Amino acid sequence: MSGAEYLIQTSNLGIDFGGVRAVHGVNFSWTEGELRCLIGPNGAGKSTFFKLLTGQLQPTYGWVKVRGRSIAGFQSHEIARLGVGIKTQVPNVFNGLSVRENIWLSASRIKPRYLLEAAVDSVLERLRLGAVRNRLVGELAHGQRQWVELGLVLATEPDLILLDEPAAGMTDDEVERTAELIRVINQRCALIVVEHDMEFIRMIAKTVTVFNRGQVLMEDSCDSVLRDERVRDVYLGKQLHAGLLGTEA
Amino acid sequence: MLPVRYDRVALFASGFIGLLFMLLLPMAVEAFTLLEITIYVIMSLLALSLGFIWGYGGILCFGQAAFFGIGAYSYAIAAINFGDSTGAVLCAVGVPAVFAFALGSFMFYARISDVYLGVITLTVSLILFNLVNSTAGDQYRIGSAPLGGFNGIPSIPTLNVPFSPDLLLSPEQIFQVCVATLLIVYYGLRWLLASHFGRVLVGIRENERRAELLGYDIRRYKLGAFVLGGAIAGLAGCLFANWGAFVSPTVFGLAQSAQIIIWIIVGGLGTLAGPIIGCFLLQWLTAYLGALNLINSNLVLGAILVIFVLGVPAGLVPSILGLVSKFAGRRSDEQNHQPSAVGSTAVRQGPTR
Repeated sequence: MSGAEYLIQTSNLGIDFGGVRAVHGVNFSWTEGELRCLIGPNGAGKSTFFKLLTGQLQPTYGWVKVRGRSIAGFQSHEIARLGVGIKTQVPNVFNGLSVRENIWLSASRIKPRYLLEAAVDSVLERLRLGAVRNRLVGELAHGQRQWVELGLVLATEPDLILLDEPAAGMTDDEVERTAELIRVINQRCALIVVEHDMEFIRMIAKTVTVFNRGQVLMEDSCDSVLRDERVRDVYLGKQLHAGLLGTEA
Repeated sequence: MLPVRYDRVALFASGFIGLLFMLLLPMAVEAFTLLEITIYVIMSLLALSLGFIWGYGGILCFGQAAFFGIGAYSYAIAAINFGDSTGAVLCAVGVPAVFAFALGSFMFYARISDVYLGVITLTVSLILFNLVNSTAGDQYRIGSAPLGGFNGIPSIPTLNVPFSPDLLLSPEQIFQVCVATLLIVYYGLRWLLASHFGRVLVGIRENERRAELLGYDIRRYKLGAFVLGGAIAGLAGCLFANWGAFVSPTVFGLAQSAQIIIWIIVGGLGTLAGPIIGCFLLQWLTAYLGALNLINSNLVLGAILVIFVLGVPAGLVPSILGLVSKFAGRRSDEQNHQPSAVGSTAVRQGPTR
């Protein structure tokens, strides 16, 4: 398969923070329409890897390609314009503006004026935010703010969406609703979800990539990953043998 | 937030009052008072320029006086050289805009943080102050205009009817030009803030990171706002140079920049009317206290600033509007039990007032 057929591809990707290898030697590829979960214990390098994918950090070595194009040296907005939508861990929304204005700002970058209002309404409806459309986002509950951010991402109609802990701080009902939303979104575009919450992963995941110590530990279907002994060890914080680290699935 | 109908009414009413003010005031007051009010109007224009970039672009420029001063000097030098004010006015807007573009490109494209942005702009205005201050002597001249150093440039040709250097405007007409300029800039900015550019700019103020992640090049938007702010400040400088037919390096001074910031804080950051109202009130108060000769006016200004920062942090205009909309909202609730008066159009106009 040539590189262009992957939505995102990384090769030997790594970053050092003053001698600490936060991420190293990650080969990762991701195809059209795929839903992939990234899991791993705290400090495994998930978020750093995420930041490398989104251009928030520049790799020390290796590369990231989006649709076969290297994103080295790209600004955040240029990556967004390649069709990559990003939801950050802490909700990044326009707190001082209404929910509607938030979505409007997002949709108006890509939509001509005559399609804009309809596009905004459709996003509001998909996320069931119609009832709070005129409220200030800063006044909403945490879960709703997360959805507003999801709406901001969706309104730019990306081909691929990167979600960093979309269910963080949500109630059980909200988590379920978010899982449902993600499945719906996945019908149209590809997703990478970075998550801690195993319950949530079980609700949405098909393929799971496990990170540990800055490297990919294994990559398999959700069930087999959760059954895997090494993954359990990692999550329970058990010391791993150096030899085991090298074996990648 | 005010219901839409009040918003419209307020818009037309303020325009109407502004026009009446412009047309009738010269007949109603003495020449001295009119001159006094003219300077208030000019300074409001300067306050408006900073109110726009700070309140809507989130760019706290400590050196807005730099553009004001460059505008004033550009006008003075060009007017003396050309003998006609038409081109000089264009210079007074163009030169500060180009300067703002150069400075802004450096600051925004290098992604300098807000604190350093304040430091840089402040430093730039102080450098300009010292630079112009040290140009006393005959060797420092541009064309036929001596820069005059700390003595400034006296007897600047004042505004004339465009392309007719012999038809000079009277002080009354200059007053009307100043008010008309303020009205045009105010409504122009309101229009801009309701446009796509303005709404994105407000979005950037709310959350830069998110605006970037949505695919907006925030550097361009901020630079655009900064240049526009510089041009407006330059225009104010041009009117200022006309007002007294004199300009000196104090226009670049620290006091000038600090004053504008106080006007905006008192009037209300994040509004367009606030800086104008704050500027009028505080300038009037300063003049009044100065005439009274009882207490140092700077002391009172300082006290007012402290009181506002602690007690009315939103500033006058937002606080008053908040009270009015509370009252109006309650009344419309009682009338038809539908709080929807604050509808989608009100949201659209939300960031502008």
